[in-house]
Amino acid sequence: MTTARPVREARPRIEPWQDPDAVPFVRIQGVTKTFGEVYAVDNVTLDIFKGEFFALLGPSGCGKSTLLRILAGLERPTSGRVLIDGQDMTDVPPWRRPVNMMFQSYALFPHLSVRKNIAFGLEQERLPRAEIAERVAEVVRLVHLEGLEDRKPDQLSGGQKQRVALARALVKRPKVLLLDEPLGALDKKLRDQTQLELVNIQDRLGLTFVIVTHDQEEAMTVGSRMAIMREGQIAQIGTPSEIYEYPASRFVAEFVGEVNLIEARFASVNGTTMRVRAPALGIEIVTDRPVPALPGEPLWVAVRPEKMSIAKTPPAETGYNCVEGEVFDIEYLGDVSVYHVRLDNGLFLRATEANKLRLIERPITWEDRVWLSWGPDASVVLKT
Amino acid sequence: MKGKAERDRLALGRLLLIGVPFAWLGLFFLLPFTIVLKLSLSEPALAQPPYLPIVEWVEEAGELYLAIRLRVQNYLTLVGDGLYLAAFASSLRIAATATVLALLVAFPIALGMARCPPRVRPFLLLAVMLPFWTSFLIRVYAWMGILKDDGLLNALLLTLGLIEEPLVILNTETAVLIGIVYSYLPFMILPIFANLEKHDPSLLEAAVDLGCRPIVAFWRITVPLARPGILAGCFLVFIPAVGEFVIPDLLGGADTLMIGRTLWLEFFTNRDWPLASAVAIAMLLLLVVPIVFFLRLQALGRLR
Ligand SMILES: Nc1ncnc2c1ncn2[C@@H]1O[C@H](COP(=O)(O)OP(=O)(O)OP(=O)(O)O)[C@@H](O)[C@H]1O
Ligand SMILES: [Mg+2]
Repeated sequence: MTTARPVREARPRIEPWQDPDAVPFVRIQGVTKTFGEVYAVDNVTLDIFKGEFFALLGPSGCGKSTLLRILAGLERPTSGRVLIDGQDMTDVPPWRRPVNMMFQSYALFPHLSVRKNIAFGLEQERLPRAEIAERVAEVVRLVHLEGLEDRKPDQLSGGQKQRVALARALVKRPKVLLLDEPLGALDKKLRDQTQLELVNIQDRLGLTFVIVTHDQEEAMTVGSRMAIMREGQIAQIGTPSEIYEYPASRFVAEFVGEVNLIEARFASVNGTTMRVRAPALGIEIVTDRPVPALPGEPLWVAVRPEKMSIAKTPPAETGYNCVEGEVFDIEYLGDVSVYHVRLDNGLFLRATEANKLRLIERPITWEDRVWLSWGPDASVVLKT
Repeated sequence: MKGKAERDRLALGRLLLIGVPFAWLGLFFLLPFTIVLKLSLSEPALAQPPYLPIVEWVEEAGELYLAIRLRVQNYLTLVGDGLYLAAFASSLRIAATATVLALLVAFPIALGMARCPPRVRPFLLLAVMLPFWTSFLIRVYAWMGILKDDGLLNALLLTLGLIEEPLVILNTETAVLIGIVYSYLPFMILPIFANLEKHDPSLLEAAVDLGCRPIVAFWRITVPLARPGILAGCFLVFIPAVGEFVIPDLLGGADTLMIGRTLWLEFFTNRDWPLASAVAIAMLLLLVVPIVFFLRLQALGRLR
């Protein structure tokens, strides 16, 4: 473990999206992009505020890159508008947009040195040489590239290339910085570290970042808010905790984190308590977040595995949801273990427990009879 | 540790691997070169073959000598007679002009091909190489038909009313340039295309994103990256164009002075094989020395 890990500096909790008077900085209004028959981006409307670190998350091919390229001006939307800082950018060519992009492949110019790569964008602005040199030196310090200025891209490691790509975009001081899977090529350790550095840099410079990723952990680490995309459309927008704790659909619940999905039917609502019948479990599930539904309407209950407790005895508390089963398999992941529990009717549920004890000292093992229980606040009822 | 026998086998294998191309070079380059070099140092004669040997056994006062007679006069003639120097200079000038013209024509074609969807590229490549299916000589003759005073080009221009009098193109340097550019175009297109095809399109997007207009991005990214392809193409056109004989002979008329034609005249009209060989050797040195020097500089530049 390195001790010199960058630490996320305390930042004031600004939540402009909560403020009804705040004016969004980037506005994507009803944007659609088709490639032949394919709807790569399908009627997306999205507001991003100044100073946000906004994450676009979704499975491969859902249109994240296309949406980002529309923001950069590299693709023209088939319909819809893009506004940045109050100005309509839809018909502005990429070289006139106050936006810069960090490419997934880095796209460093192989024939230019690190210094020339970084200075490239400033040279296009015809700034005086002294100012270019000064700004390049400043950003080189910011991303810790000192001493590598005269190397060519093919003499750099993956992590160094990624820093050059970041520096080259940052040095232009864009109003919005776009990052397309910037850390995809890095190993896990370097990735974690770079994520925090990115957040620090974004904080310090007060820029607006939009990052594309298909790694939900990355989106949750860096993102102030995130949008989950599916087949060109936005499935849900929210802060990482909103999306994790209160997914709006089965797709989001399954895409972000692990989840147990249980088919159920609406039973009753009483104030803040909702009851749904889960025939597969043979119980009525109680939850404290009611959703409007008709009697008998098919619903799904989503419960995160870490919110399920596993024990060899029935829980003492009343009002808990509880089912009985047999430990079918245990997945040991180091920090946590996943228990696959088979109910008597053949249905499987998963529960995770932190491994506070060493493996051999843990009380629950294969083929034990166990009880899974979760509180009314642990589940979410989904309609789609 | 590897055993000695195995190491010996490896060394032998390596020697064979390197030896084959070297033997090839020796057989097809060094051997002919040596023969021509020997010829260029011999004395012309009215005989069959039309030169005297340079190595001879001579008996003098009862003693046997191995006499080597190297005739340097062939080379002195080259330098002394202004005709040869003029022919060299004009060859270099025509070849250089033709190379630049070929580059200007070939680059847009190669760029267009490289920007086409990968599916159609093999067909475009085929189209570029299609002329090779017909004899080179026939294609040059065809140009005579196009360029002559009452040829196709003049007929077209007259019909369109663009000119009143037929243009005299055939038997001028212009015709030679047209012929060389046409004949060697594929050699320029192919290396440039092979280079451009490998370019990462996201580099141009990055340049545009950083504030370049597309035309500036082209100059600052595409052209510098295409340099190896451009150089290869230029060498492939320039070197054979300097020694070109058929095109100046058929399209250039009597006035066009090119070293290839001079060489041919020496060989077949004057039957002065030694002088002709000296011309050939001089031409080779004139081309090879600067190119080797240039490539060496390039390699050094890359190392830095
Ligand atoms: N230039 C193009 N021509 C045709 N189809 C395209 C083009 N670019 C993207 N698409 C299609 O649009 C859809 C969205 O592509 P996009 O690259 O935006 O996905 P993505 O979410 O970035 O995926 P990934 O995570 O794999 O990068 C895909 O179905 C893709 O095949
Ligand atoms: Mg993508």
